[in-house]
Amino acid sequence: MFAYILKRLLFAVPILIGVNVITFALFFMVNTPEDMARAQLGAKQTTPEMIQSWKVENGYDNPLFFNGEASGFGKVQETLFVQESLKLFLFDFGQSDSGRQISADIQERMGPSLALALPTFVIGLVTNISLALLIVLFRGSRLDTITMMVAVAIMSVSGLFYIIAGQVLFSKVWHWVPISGYTEGWDAIKFLILPILIGVFAGIGAGMRWYRSIFLEEMSKDYVRTAKAKGLSDIKVLFGHVLHNGMLPILTGVVVVIPTLFMGSLIMESFFGIPGLGSYTIDAIHAQDFGIVKAMVFLGSVLYIIGLILTDISYTFFDPRVKLS
Amino acid sequence: MSFVWLWTDILVWTLVLVLIGAIRSIRRSEQIRKQWFNILKSPIAMSAAIILSTYLLFALLDSVHFQYTAKSTSVSSESSEISVHDQGVLSVLDVLLQHLRTQTERTYSAPFATHEYSTSLSYDESGAVSQVYRSLQYGGQHLTGDKTILDDVMVKTAVPFLFSCVFIAIIFAIHLGWGFLQTRGNYIDYYENQPKPEDELPWGAAYLTLFLLVFLFSWFYYLSHFYHVLGTDKVGQDVLYQAIKSIRTGVLIGLLTTLVMLPLALILGISAGYFKGWVDDVIQYLYTTLNSIPGVLLIAAAVLMMQVIISNNSGWFGSTEERADLRLLFLIFILGLTSWTGLCRLLRAETLKISQVEYVTAAKAFGLSPFRIIQKHITPNLMHLVLIALVLDFSGLVLAEAVLSYVGVGVDPTTASWGNMINQARLEMAREPMVWWSLFSAFAFMFTLVLAANLFSDRVQTVLDPRRNN
Repeated sequence: MFAYILKRLLFAVPILIGVNVITFALFFMVNTPEDMARAQLGAKQTTPEMIQSWKVENGYDNPLFFNGEASGFGKVQETLFVQESLKLFLFDFGQSDSGRQISADIQERMGPSLALALPTFVIGLVTNISLALLIVLFRGSRLDTITMMVAVAIMSVSGLFYIIAGQVLFSKVWHWVPISGYTEGWDAIKFLILPILIGVFAGIGAGMRWYRSIFLEEMSKDYVRTAKAKGLSDIKVLFGHVLHNGMLPILTGVVVVIPTLFMGSLIMESFFGIPGLGSYTIDAIHAQDFGIVKAMVFLGSVLYIIGLILTDISYTFFDPRVKLS
Repeated sequence: MSFVWLWTDILVWTLVLVLIGAIRSIRRSEQIRKQWFNILKSPIAMSAAIILSTYLLFALLDSVHFQYTAKSTSVSSESSEISVHDQGVLSVLDVLLQHLRTQTERTYSAPFATHEYSTSLSYDESGAVSQVYRSLQYGGQHLTGDKTILDDVMVKTAVPFLFSCVFIAIIFAIHLGWGFLQTRGNYIDYYENQPKPEDELPWGAAYLTLFLLVFLFSWFYYLSHFYHVLGTDKVGQDVLYQAIKSIRTGVLIGLLTTLVMLPLALILGISAGYFKGWVDDVIQYLYTTLNSIPGVLLIAAAVLMMQVIISNNSGWFGSTEERADLRLLFLIFILGLTSWTGLCRLLRAETLKISQVEYVTAAKAFGLSPFRIIQKHITPNLMHLVLIALVLDFSGLVLAEAVLSYVGVGVDPTTASWGNMINQARLEMAREPMVWWSLFSAFAFMFTLVLAANLFSDRVQTVLDPRRNN
């Protein structure tokens, strides 16, 4: 197990380097250090000397990919790409344009993000799976058909509609909850309850259909026929066998999402004024703060890869045939 | 007047040509034709297909652009003489909706309103200041006397209703006549009165949908000469016009993105599955890397960079239309580059499976080149997966456009799109009473398209996916 995880972590290194190449190409080759210097110093009266000194000050004075002046290993090492990537691998994200430490900001904002994303995820998962199990009991009936039509309708509505309609109804018209904002501690519930409910509801359509199709596929397998042949009731078959066997495809889709919950939700957080990582990212995009966007891209990739590893590990808990090697 | 071919126009017409080619080849193959009849046999799928075609028609009408030469028309209003300069790049749709485009008000007005939505200061002859709801320039100004708006609308509904009845009757007559000509030409084939496959299609649902669509459109079109049917926005532009113009953006993002992603997914997926070894490793590495970057962030980063390029090289673009168009094209490319991974993985797995089958082994033993094997034996067996993935992706892309525009990395702010409409209207939420019609129109147009696409893709999946057949 331990050796397996170590191997997977080593496999992650080339992927992260690839991610770095992409972000580096996007951010540095289009927006070169010269452009950055000019933007920082002001467009007018910048001399080449001023640009050079700004680059030295900010550590951007090396070539992009290949340093011909250095010797030996330094030819590759003393380049902007390696320097910048190394910093990211050490989770040193540098400063944002406003002069704050990005790493500190991220740590501070992870809490609110999780406070919103985790309940939405857990409640959504439980709701979707229970509804899907319920509807599988009634498969082929008129109730099934109608529910599936409703599910298609729910997933055809833009998520933005649920947010706006929810805010108007519950906050503006009925004044049940404040329209947006956030506080520390348990008081935050009054700010979080509406976005959580909206998030769960918006996901019901797609989620219910997805789990239903998983369970229906399991229902058509031979072991279900055997179980029914020996006289088990529908409910016992469903909860005793189908739920357990359907766990593998469910895990594939679900576990990989868990680590990325840290990233927060861009749309929800910015609509409801929750100071998490999602609104942090969206503010950075609006302000064109490349440092933050770069940090979030890297963080997102790391979390995704952790999610992939967790998925593999979780298989072993539900299917004894799966061996990690 | 000279035609202007924007990049997205060229691409969308290319896609239409490809589609026509595909339909021709479908007509040749008995098996595929049966599958399509099977898909359309469901009344819901039939209605959805008709709605999708209508949206496509609007998008195509909006994709023929020409340079409109300057022509100044004088519009006299009660207070001043305003001359409206019509100049710039227009599309065929703009010409059809000429009155909607030019009849702008000063600011917000509700649907079917005759007065502005908010009060503004007014000075009367004595110089006294008062708050009044100014009356609109165009909306409802034909009303005289004590005729209420409701009465007027009821009376005016008769015209589009009659029109759509006649329209449907003509279509039905053409349909009958065509069927009659077909049977008369080769009556020997049919003298046994075999049921034709066309007869099994749900024509009732088809005509009902068509009637509703024609009636709805002609109703909006006719009444829009007298009212702002869906109100006006902050600068007085007609919301109905914006919503209709947004169709092009939505449909193009849904369609053209697939055009970008399909070659990538097909070539890479099949090569990974067929050649295995290092090719497989490289391609797997490629899509795992791309997949691991959060999609919205990758799009955001790429669009931010494009903005930097555009602002650094503003000399590249002749007009604002060209710049907006290039931005749309770029967004489509980025969406395509980020969305091929899912289909690629599917195709790779399926190719791995197929290349173990006996007929492929036999083809190899005969000495066929890998290219021929892929072309003849593998690709045709993957087509159902491709089709399912394409129709599934379409609705997701339409919805994604709205979210991306909200994030600020969507289409150009000057391009009409549902995302931009929602984004602008969202800022007016705090207004009391609320300005709801922009939001409502954008969501309603989007919902209809996405619902139709989802229902259609469901049916396609049921018919084409072998696992769903049991």
